Amino acid sequence: MATETVVKEHDHHDTNDGGAWDGGKQPFAVSYGKLMMWYFLLSDAFTFAGFLIAYGTLRFSSATWPVPDFVFSTTPFGGHGLPLIFVTFMSFLLIISSVTMVRGVQEGHRENKRGVVFWMFLTIIGGIGFLSCQAWEWNNLINVEHMTVTVNPFGTHTESGTYLEGDDHDINAGDTFAAGDSYLIHQHDGEFHPLKYKTEEGIEKQQEFGPKAFGALFFFITGFHGFHVLSGVVFLIIIMINAASGLYVERKNGYEMVEKVGLYWHFVDLVWVFVFLVFYLL
Amino acid sequence: MAYVLEYDEDLLIEEQGFDDHFHEHHHGDKYQSSFINTYIFSMDHKMIAKQFLITGIFWAIIGAAMSIVFRLQLGFPEENLAWLQPLLGKWITVNDSGIGTLDPQFYYALVTMHGTILVFFVLTAGLSGTFSNLLIPLQLGARDMASPMLNMLSYWFFFMAGLVMFLSLFLSTGPFAGGWTGYPPLSALPQASSGSGAGMTMWIVSLVLFVVSVLLGGINYITTVLNLRTKGMTMWRMPLTIWAFFVTAILGLLSFPVLASAFFLMMCDRGLGTSFYLSEIFIGGAPLDNVGGSPILYQHLFWFLGHPEVYIIILPAMGLVSEVMSVHARKPIFGYKAMVFSILAIGFLSFIVWAHHMFMSGVNPFIANFFVIFTLIIAVPSAVKVFNWIATLYGGNIRFTSAMLFSIGFVSMFISGGLTGIFLGNSTIDIQMHDTYFVVAHFHIVMGIAAFFGMYAGVYHWYPKMFGRFMNETLGKIHFWGTMIGAYAIFWPMHYLGLAGVPRRYYKFDTFDAFAHFGDMNKFITIAAIVVFFLQILFVINFFYSIFKGRKMKTKNPWGATTLEWTTPVEGIHGNWPGNLPSVHRWAYDYGKDGIEFIPQYVPINENESEEH
Repeated sequence: MATETVVKEHDHHDTNDGGAWDGGKQPFAVSYGKLMMWYFLLSDAFTFAGFLIAYGTLRFSSATWPVPDFVFSTTPFGGHGLPLIFVTFMSFLLIISSVTMVRGVQEGHRENKRGVVFWMFLTIIGGIGFLSCQAWEWNNLINVEHMTVTVNPFGTHTESGTYLEGDDHDINAGDTFAAGDSYLIHQHDGEFHPLKYKTEEGIEKQQEFGPKAFGALFFFITGFHGFHVLSGVVFLIIIMINAASGLYVERKNGYEMVEKVGLYWHFVDLVWVFVFLVFYLL
Repeated sequence: MAYVLEYDEDLLIEEQGFDDHFHEHHHGDKYQSSFINTYIFSMDHKMIAKQFLITGIFWAIIGAAMSIVFRLQLGFPEENLAWLQPLLGKWITVNDSGIGTLDPQFYYALVTMHGTILVFFVLTAGLSGTFSNLLIPLQLGARDMASPMLNMLSYWFFFMAGLVMFLSLFLSTGPFAGGWTGYPPLSALPQASSGSGAGMTMWIVSLVLFVVSVLLGGINYITTVLNLRTKGMTMWRMPLTIWAFFVTAILGLLSFPVLASAFFLMMCDRGLGTSFYLSEIFIGGAPLDNVGGSPILYQHLFWFLGHPEVYIIILPAMGLVSEVMSVHARKPIFGYKAMVFSILAIGFLSFIVWAHHMFMSGVNPFIANFFVIFTLIIAVPSAVKVFNWIATLYGGNIRFTSAMLFSIGFVSMFISGGLTGIFLGNSTIDIQMHDTYFVVAHFHIVMGIAAFFGMYAGVYHWYPKMFGRFMNETLGKIHFWGTMIGAYAIFWPMHYLGLAGVPRRYYKFDTFDAFAHFGDMNKFITIAAIVVFFLQILFVINFFYSIFKGRKMKTKNPWGATTLEWTTPVEGIHGNWPGNLPSVHRWAYDYGKDGIEFIPQYVPINENESEEH
């Protein structure tokens, strides 16, 4: 058995020394916490993708689908016939809260405690504002328009014809409609009253309910998103209090927690863009 | 004539090592200061690995015992099962003449639970949870996982998932009985069968907790691999185990959230009366008012997880086998880069083949073609791996330890099961084969037995690292040969049953004249299953006996391995290395280089050393 002794001085062959991926370093120059947040958001994106795929599947297997311009056309204080105005305001609020979040993170990098707290506070206001708008929208849909996860009174005509009776709202007996027109079946005394109408061929029919999947998907997906916003607001409040208490000054890591919750907040915003797209625009 | 390299390991690590200032900090009382935070709410990755392993063993025994009960039913349908009544209670009905029979509803529950438990709790948590936790920090030269806290939570979410599932076994209506895939409408309507009520509720709660566990674990594994490699541990110097765990974690991170989506929608269908998965259902002749949903939608969401899941199970086993095989053949792994690219290719392809589980669900045949092609393409990286393993063995100085035997057995199983996969991947052949015992034989061999063999190879090989003692080799070899022969004895005949069209999940076949002549074959399978079951009990006895009485590990590196985990102290300490972290100068497979038996990764490159691996 021959033996060989290992040279103990530093090894010259190792030319890779110093590269970002060579170990002993963080290859993306981000801490493990921030990296984990990114991976969590990636997985969460797949969860939402699952929901949106479910949405697509059910929507395209339905014969009709409610028209968003018709469904989402009311605003607080009695506004009617204003398509997407309210949801535009809501979305604007959420996107502005992302801008204030960016400013908060920036102040964090500048180690400016007062700035961080101020901008985070505005972000929280934006988040709460969005949630309040959502609460109003849900309340309006459930209690005024009587859409639930199992009943969808928003229908679409598939043929043209003439109403034989009117509701006490927008439709009078004798009104005509074309294929593709939307209607809302109203409730009177707790009962839905689908209106009778006559098709061009002279056949008598009555309004049908819209696809059930619309209401279920709407409440489920916007609810799941709203739950994310709510959690975000809770995290923001906790981290704002921590920032105000000077905890992050002690840690000397440039308010990294603010940056991490910022990533989450922007993600929630980004998801809203997709939710907005499928429910309100398409 | 092999040279042996002579050096002082501790000195080398201390002088060449990488000082991460770990020991300058005080780590507080979070670590190993009391019984509770040493053994129960431990944040040490080595302890969490043992927790995963022992919990996995617990579930494996339960899952296997269930299979014995339903195998008894299949092999001996007329036999008196009254002796099982003390264990199964009312699920054994005893008639006036004292003959006990298994309740058919409970038979379905057993089949369902066997699948759920083995797939999720044993082969996902027990395999990947154990070895990712144990080996990622140790083989990369890290002090612990990136977030020990989340790591601990990952185990405890798994524990809670197990607890909920365990309690569901004792419901008066029985656990969920609609098959481990949980297809609606059996899973979506509480009134659909007796297990679809509380049993299904607990099943779904348990698996949502399990998804949380997998995500917490996976985020941690990925981050640790990327951020905490020691100095010099480039991605291309990582052992194949780490590559396998890394890709496994990515698969879990991207596929389990989609399972969560599917479950959340399912919960709404069950609890809120929505119709995401339901349409035109009649129960007891009466139509339900659920319309507009799609049961196929659930299948798509489920199998988007379900197919990556089989690679989540098999990739860690492949990684363990590659490592064990190289160490015990005293040869570098053949085609290291090809192995890595195969792992990556398998990982990628696993996401675009899910609908091959749904060929008979009414998927458009033109779309099925797409899935057939990608399914068959997976055979390419799989074959690359198989040939590389065989080439690694070729001309090796093989030490037939129990770990090595199980590694070789793994390759055998993976080939046998992989070949039948090519049959099933064809949508036309699937018309005859789907939902038969051919499918049962295929997936049990390729991801059940093979993954178990990988796990056993890992346990025998790294047991000294976990417990500072060796398992008994003689019992290990009995365990291997018995299981190897027994597993083929169980599953080989099932191929014939399947080809003849015998459907899976049936309680008995007495009304099918066409299958009458398979009675003896079913008896044979059942007897083989019982023998194999007791051989696994032998393993469990060996495992627990050796923790206390096994032969002690006297040296740090008993197998002569090159990887870093064998440089840590035998007793295992918080932070893994007492001083500096070792720094890495070479890949993990310098066996027999320049006539030297093995050169560990922390040994610097010698001036006269040859260039090639």
